[in-house]
Amino acid sequence: MSGTYFAIMAALVLAGFFLGAQRARGVRGDQAGMLHSLPAYHGLYIAAAVLTVMMVIFVVGAPLASHYVVSQGLGAFDPSEVAEQLHRDAALRDIQNLIAGIYQGEPSDKLKAAAAAYSAASSLVYWGLNIFGVLAGAAVIFWGLGRITPELRARNQFERFVKYVLLASSGVAILTTIGIVLSVVFEAMHFFSKVSPIDFLFGLQWSPQTAMRADQVGSSGAFGIVPLIAGTLLITVIAMLVAGPLGLFSAIYMAEYATPRIRSVVKPILEILAGIPTVVLGFFAALTVAPLIRGWGQSFGLDVASESALAAGLVMGMMIIPFVSSLSDDVINAVPQSLRDGSYAMGATKSETIKKVVLPAALPGIVSAFMLAISRAVGETMIVVMAAGLAANLTFNPLAAVTTVTVQIKTLLVGDQEFDSAKTLSAFALGLVLFFFTLALNYIALKIVQKYREQYD
Amino acid sequence: MTDTAISAAPRRVSDNAALVAKRYRSERRFKLYGIAAIAVTAVFLVLLFADILVKGLPAFFEHRMMLPVSVSQEAIDPQNSKDPKIIRTGDFDGPIRESFRAMFPDVTSRGDRKKLLGLLSSGAADDFRAMVVNNPSLIGTDAKVPVLLSDDADQYLKGRQTGVAKIAGQGTITASADGEKFKLVTDKTPVLTAGDIVRLNGGAFRVVSADNGAYLAEQVTAPKSLDPANAGAWDIVRFTVTEHNRRIDDQEALWLEQLKEKGVAENGIAWRFFSSGDSREPELAGIRGALTGSILTLLVTLFLCLPIGVAAAIYLEEFAPKNRLTQLIEVNINNLAAVPSIVFGLLGLAMFLNFFGLPRSAPLVGGLVLALLVLPTIIIASRAALRAVPPSIKEAALGVGASHQQAIFHHVLPLAMPGIMTGTIIGMAHALGETAPLLMIGMVAFIVDIPGGFTDAATALPIQIYLWSDLPEIAFQSKTAGAIIVLLVFLFVMNAAAILLRKRFERRW
Repeated sequence: MSGTYFAIMAALVLAGFFLGAQRARGVRGDQAGMLHSLPAYHGLYIAAAVLTVMMVIFVVGAPLASHYVVSQGLGAFDPSEVAEQLHRDAALRDIQNLIAGIYQGEPSDKLKAAAAAYSAASSLVYWGLNIFGVLAGAAVIFWGLGRITPELRARNQFERFVKYVLLASSGVAILTTIGIVLSVVFEAMHFFSKVSPIDFLFGLQWSPQTAMRADQVGSSGAFGIVPLIAGTLLITVIAMLVAGPLGLFSAIYMAEYATPRIRSVVKPILEILAGIPTVVLGFFAALTVAPLIRGWGQSFGLDVASESALAAGLVMGMMIIPFVSSLSDDVINAVPQSLRDGSYAMGATKSETIKKVVLPAALPGIVSAFMLAISRAVGETMIVVMAAGLAANLTFNPLAAVTTVTVQIKTLLVGDQEFDSAKTLSAFALGLVLFFFTLALNYIALKIVQKYREQYD
Repeated sequence: MTDTAISAAPRRVSDNAALVAKRYRSERRFKLYGIAAIAVTAVFLVLLFADILVKGLPAFFEHRMMLPVSVSQEAIDPQNSKDPKIIRTGDFDGPIRESFRAMFPDVTSRGDRKKLLGLLSSGAADDFRAMVVNNPSLIGTDAKVPVLLSDDADQYLKGRQTGVAKIAGQGTITASADGEKFKLVTDKTPVLTAGDIVRLNGGAFRVVSADNGAYLAEQVTAPKSLDPANAGAWDIVRFTVTEHNRRIDDQEALWLEQLKEKGVAENGIAWRFFSSGDSREPELAGIRGALTGSILTLLVTLFLCLPIGVAAAIYLEEFAPKNRLTQLIEVNINNLAAVPSIVFGLLGLAMFLNFFGLPRSAPLVGGLVLALLVLPTIIIASRAALRAVPPSIKEAALGVGASHQQAIFHHVLPLAMPGIMTGTIIGMAHALGETAPLLMIGMVAFIVDIPGGFTDAATALPIQIYLWSDLPEIAFQSKTAGAIIVLLVFLFVMNAAAILLRKRFERRW
């Protein structure tokens, strides 16, 4: 349905453009200065008007149309039969399959009637929308052609239109944020109407799986987020223990010691590491690093889980090294040379200068880089999904299997879902926690830089 | 330079020297830390790539046998109709099995024959069918048909199940029945150890115990006779992995060794890895479906986020007034760049699927979500590119009477385009490797068909990697690594294109 409409729209927009430009040339004749704008702007003016009107018709009309078609199709059933969303979906699927000719089995009379009503309504809507679109588009073109006179400031009008389009494009960022907040908050509110936020935030048990069985102990399910937070923190701490020193030292070396030649070799290494998809790192963590650590642990007589936090943390640390090092590198480079020169003049060695002068000056930036890295580690999904466990153990033993917030979100939402069970909704509550936690970390990082940044110039 | 200073100097100098030496040592140590940090990172990267290459390269090869198969008229097209529809329904399984069994005339028992046929892939008949349908003139002739081996047989022949050593027999060996077991006697110094397979007279024995030259063995395949075998007429096959630690047992391994010795099994490039969709059988599974899904998804992403991103960048860089709305937009863009990707998946699930009712698992929705995900990257890169164009260009345009928009669209934007394209390609590479949000919107199903449109159920390459990595078969592990290699090659090409673009069109003003 929409394909035809958009094809018609494209044709009318083009027609509007050419007709407008031609009319403008006609009005202008051989007096170049007679019109305010170039002929092409008159064409663009009409094209923009056609585009706007037809888009509005589609955006308003299409949802109304599909609602009408669905209600016509379902009208053949008893209202009680299709009261529930699940039955409605099933009935609609049956109708669509019957129309497409891929219905399994012998359709009932009711279904046949519904399918007839459905296809009648959809062809009515199809023709209706398209014809209305063509008429409206043609009307706009005639209206626009009539307006092409020496008084029309076509360029200004068109440029105003462009400006609104540009503004709307940058508004997408706001819309996305609103969308995220709405979708997460809305479902999380549903969840909190079933499970108290106190239990959620301070509960020590996480076992959403048992929520399905009524006959078991803990049948209501346990939604305590503490073990997940603990697991996330454990893996993040391991990752930062790897990425912090390695990232910082490589940044210091790159900024202070490396010759341009070495820089040109090392920088791509870090960029390649930054560009490796996390699913690849997860594969490496799960199938190579984890067995390796398990083997080592066993040779020392340690009991290592096959999905140990250590394996996931180590590889995640590797993932965020480029992040820490490139941010720190920028910060260290931003420290003015005069500070270093002053230190050298006092007889300090290079490393003394770095430790006593450069790093303290760069500290706010480095701290904020670390916080951004932590927020990256907390939100990382694939490495932990593939290499960390599923069981929510409340432990700080890096050799044990722990689970994280992101792993649970993924586990709860992949596969079959019921959208009113606390189990599924809890994923959105976890998403809410994750969203605001990373947001807070980023905010604090920003504030640290703003507050403690030394102004040297 | 006074006397007191000189008289005091000797002690201070030696003191100082020690101190200076210490300070230089600490200087060197500090520098070493930096080098070590970079070295550790580089070693990690090398290990990662080496591991994936070693695991993944075998996925691009497969073992097949060229078997002489009689393409009989009766079994395939009895009416000689030459109609592809009828040919398709013919029996293609039987002839292949027959031809394969003919290679092992000694295998007679029912169980053994079933085991033998288990070495063939279940897709072998489909290949044969496609071959005959494409070339009906083969009917009634004897054709050489490439027959695919099963994943386990393939893994064995690639040497990924066990190492194999073959040792020619020295001296004469005699096997004699000893109750249920057999006694092996050689006239040379004993060379056998427990677990070895001794092949003689067309049969095979597995050595069970080797005590002081008296070898006790059990029969793996029956020999034609128990006559003594001379040097050269018998040999020892030694596996590095014991039988119960691999998926191919000794008997199957010996059959495969025979295939190898006859030169029937050949290792060829597995084009099917690129030309077929997912499958439950590792040897038949390919990445075409996932790759198509990824391409469709990226098309949607590109189509959405390039115009929107560039438009937003132009607005913020050139037209936005300094007010609260602009500030809000800027804060939002920076925040979105830091939001975890899985949260975008939640947005896609709750908004696009549940609220707007868009189809699950569709590249359309995947592309929408990824577009929102990479939008901040593209906006930030485009803004940087626009800012890099010197203001004099714009001012010159304004000076000769262009409107503000004409100056931007006719002069500034074309000059900023290489930078914008570089940023876009890097954003697309990021989107190609992104997995978590696509999991949330259901692009994680087992899908055999190649998706044909933006609303068909599809998966994407990184998701295929994730799905395969979860499967128990070793062959899938190798497929996973193979798919990773393909993904990395794509990313490498995209990034190289971005760098090339930057190098080629970068202008110093």
